[in-house]
This record gives sequence, C-alpha cells and structure tokens, in this order.
Amino acid sequence: MADPKRPNSPTADYDGPPDYRVIGRHGVFPQTSHDEIERINFLAQMNRHLAARVVPGVKAAYKARVAPAFAAAHGRPIGNRHEARKAMLGDQAFCTWSALRRMTMEQRQQAGRWTAIRQREGLNARASALTHGDDRLTLNPDLAIPRYVSAVDHHCMPGSYHTEYAPGDVTNGANYDHAGFVTTGGLLGKYSDGGGHAVVQWVKKNVPDFAPRRILEFGGTVGHSSLPLAQAFPEAELTIVDLGAPMLRYGLARAKSLGVNNVRFVQASAEDLTGLFEDGSFDWVQTTMFLHELSTRALRNIFGESRRLLRPGGIVLHVEQPQYAPDMPLFEQAMRDWDAFYNNEPFWSRMHEMDLDAEMVRAGFERDRIIHGGVYGVVDRELFPDAAQDDTEDYGRKAAWHVIGAVA
Amino acid sequence: MSFNDALKEAGAKPAGKRPYFLEPQVERVLAITMTLAQELAVARQRSDTLERLLKAKGILAEEEIDSFTPDAHASAERQMWNQEFIARILRIVQQENEAALVADEVASGEMPDEAVPGA
Repeated sequence: MADPKRPNSPTADYDGPPDYRVIGRHGVFPQTSHDEIERINFLAQMNRHLAARVVPGVKAAYKARVAPAFAAAHGRPIGNRHEARKAMLGDQAFCTWSALRRMTMEQRQQAGRWTAIRQREGLNARASALTHGDDRLTLNPDLAIPRYVSAVDHHCMPGSYHTEYAPGDVTNGANYDHAGFVTTGGLLGKYSDGGGHAVVQWVKKNVPDFAPRRILEFGGTVGHSSLPLAQAFPEAELTIVDLGAPMLRYGLARAKSLGVNNVRFVQASAEDLTGLFEDGSFDWVQTTMFLHELSTRALRNIFGESRRLLRPGGIVLHVEQPQYAPDMPLFEQAMRDWDAFYNNEPFWSRMHEMDLDAEMVRAGFERDRIIHGGVYGVVDRELFPDAAQDDTEDYGRKAAWHVIGAVA
Repeated sequence: MSFNDALKEAGAKPAGKRPYFLEPQVERVLAITMTLAQELAVARQRSDTLERLLKAKGILAEEEIDSFTPDAHASAERQMWNQEFIARILRIVQQENEAALVADEVASGEMPDEAVPGA
C-alpha cells in the first residue's frame, strides 16, 4: 500500500524507484536504447526487491536460526560483527540473498559497460569537444595509481575509476554516471547529486555566515556530489581532485554542459598535494562517500592534507555511512559489512570502526572544534522517493549519512 | 569495433577474487537464470511499449489484446510454439530420463576399441 505521507509516488499505489527515463541528461551522457533503459529499471527493482522483500527474511533467519545455533555451539552469544557474518555464511537465507545481490551488481556493471563501451568513440569525441584546450582540466599521465585503488576494483566496477581504454577515454566515467541508478534507485535524484545538495543544506543551516571562496573536494569523481557546492556558492571556485582521468574528463564535460563553470578538475592523489596547492589555501575541504575507499595510511595522509590546506577558520567535512557504534545491533553491523567482503569495498569494514575523532586529532585538528551531524539525500520529491521518509533498509546503501568534520 | 569491444569487455571480471555463497555449479546456474530473468523483463517491457504505441496511434484498441482469440490455424501454431519452447528448455530433463532407462551405457572416453578380426 502507498504511504499517504509520501507526496512523491508517481501513482497512488506505486511504491518504488521511478522509471529511469526521469533521469537528468547532459552533453556527455550516453545514449540509452529502450532495452538498455529497461535493463536498468529491472536491476533497480531487483535491488529494491532484495532490500524490501528478502532482507527481512535474512533478519528473521538470523534471529530464529543463526544466533541460537551459534549460542548452542559456543555456549555464549555472538560477540562481534565478524562472528555474526561468518555464522550467517552457514545459513541459506543469507547465502541466497548474498548470491543474488552480488549477481545484481555484476549485471549492473555489465549493463552499464555495454551501453558505454558500444558508443565509446562517440562519447570520447563529445567529451573532447567540450573540454579540449580548457585549462580547468589538469591531467597527470604519470600519476601512479596506488594499490589501495588498483588491487580490487571498487564495487565490482571493472577497471575502477582510473583505467583508460583509449586516448581521451571517458568510458568508465560514463558507466559510473549513467547506471548508478541501479544501486540508488533514484534516491540521489535526477543528477545523482542529492548528496551534494544535502551537504549544502547542512552547511547553510549550521554555518549560515560561511562564504567560501575556494572549495576543494577530494575523490569527487564525475562531480555528482560536488557540483551542488559550486552552484550554491557561485562566487567560489571549486576544485575537484581525483585519481581517475576518465572521471575528470567526463566530469568537466558534464559540468560545462550543465552550465556549472566555477569548477576545475585536477588529476592528483589527495594524499600529497604539495606543489599543487599552498598551505592554508582553501576555505572548505569536502569528501562525500569517499573515506571508505581509503587504506588507513591513505586516510591519514588525506586528513593531514585537509588540515594543511585549510586556512584558519576553514572547514573540513566528510560525509559517510554511519560508523559502527556499540549500540548498533550486530546483525546490522554484519549486513553493513557485506560490501567490504562481497562487493569489493576492502576498507569499508575497517574504516567504519575507526575512531574518526582520534584521526582528526592526529591530523592536527583540535578536539573541541570537531563537528558531528547527519544528513539525508535531497531530491526532487515530485519524481523520486525521499530518503528521509523511506524506511526500507538496504544496509550501507541508504541515502542517510553521517557528517564528521572540523573547523581549522 | 565498439560492438566487438562491448561483447568482449562489458562482462569483464573486476579485479579482486569473486566470493561464492552457494555451490559453484548452483551459483553459476542461478547467475545465468537471473540474467535470463532480466532479459525476459526487458522483452516484456518492449512488448508493452509496442502495445501502448499501437494504442496511442489508434491501431490497437483497449482490451483488444486481452480479448484476442486466435483462429484454429493460429491457435495450433501458437500452442506448438509453446510445446517447442518447453521442450527446448527442459532438454536436460528429457535426456536424464532417457538415460535412466538405458541399462549399460558407456561413456565416450571409456568406449573399448573393437577387436580386429583375425588378430
């Protein structure tokens, strides 16, 4: 049944992701045939089905079978999330859900890559026409891709963010952009930018006098979460730093065709930006759903760079899925850990148990100037389900995040 | 060029060893089945699109498909298509059942050579 509190259902009885055709397109967005669109619609519905109709069965099995069996075998209850996950690996409900969830991600990558690769030359030409000779794109072909990115392709995306298949290639940017809808089901909005709008809304509410002129986003990929910052502060210049050239080329082409011009894209490792940017040269450093992709060493280096690059009184904000707190049930922790073990997010588990406050202090921020908050994805409610009102729990995927940050 | 690139690369393996949750043979068949389910959904939506376009253009009237009654010839063709379709996808069941009735069947690799007369 439809929830009468939700004003956004396309029809009264429908409760689920919108048709992919409402997605926002731009100058470098891949063409999508009827069947390619329906493939994405199907896969978004698969994720919806798994979260809404299958996960409750996994939870029931944990309570009815997994936890009692563990207690009977060990003479004590399950003690941590790793024990919970390993115990569930012996249960058919968890294994069937896991197999289907993994396959859905693999199918999503194949579907998106098919669309991007079949028109690769055309996409590359469109990106080139939009970015050629533009000094807002700075690439570094000699940049070494660190092992924490290259060894395991994040969320099963072949070639990850950095692989190039041809000169001037944007294939992986186009795949990442146009088919991400499968995972979010539209919860991040028409331009997949609900995370960025959420950050802007949070900043305007909590730091109303903040008037940044120089904003830096680490790991901004194609600019989904970054462009709203540039749009909200038109007097500012936003710089996006990322390792992946296909993301950056695609990102600038996308930004320009969407009419966002106060943004630049720089290929570099955010672990070390000396030589590119001077100490204290930014008012705001932002990351959005980025920290979980970093090794501990990289995370510490990046926190250190954020501290170095902020002017006194400048703000760093990191937006992430919630940390594992002692009051989070072990079942939920284990389910949230799924991406770490089975969806190629190798640092997800470790990062979500880190004491991020301590890491901020280690990076040189003062403990009493650390910021905590919470945000939901902000989307067009006429077309999309609203994360704040959606009680479907797809552990680790829901557009409900924590903010950790600091004032320098 | 791009079509062949897509054939080769769209289903590429991501870096990182794949986890298995079920028996590998079962997981493989389930993966194939889920992709077939996806393609069935795509075909169903395409047919729905076609119906809606035909209706919008006034070529097809509302309820015309649901009230459609094939004549005897068309009916036979359609039912035969159903039979053929089922026979194709359930081939392995047919073959396993036939095998159960064969008493001493030999595997190809275990087929003994024929004795050469006079040797």
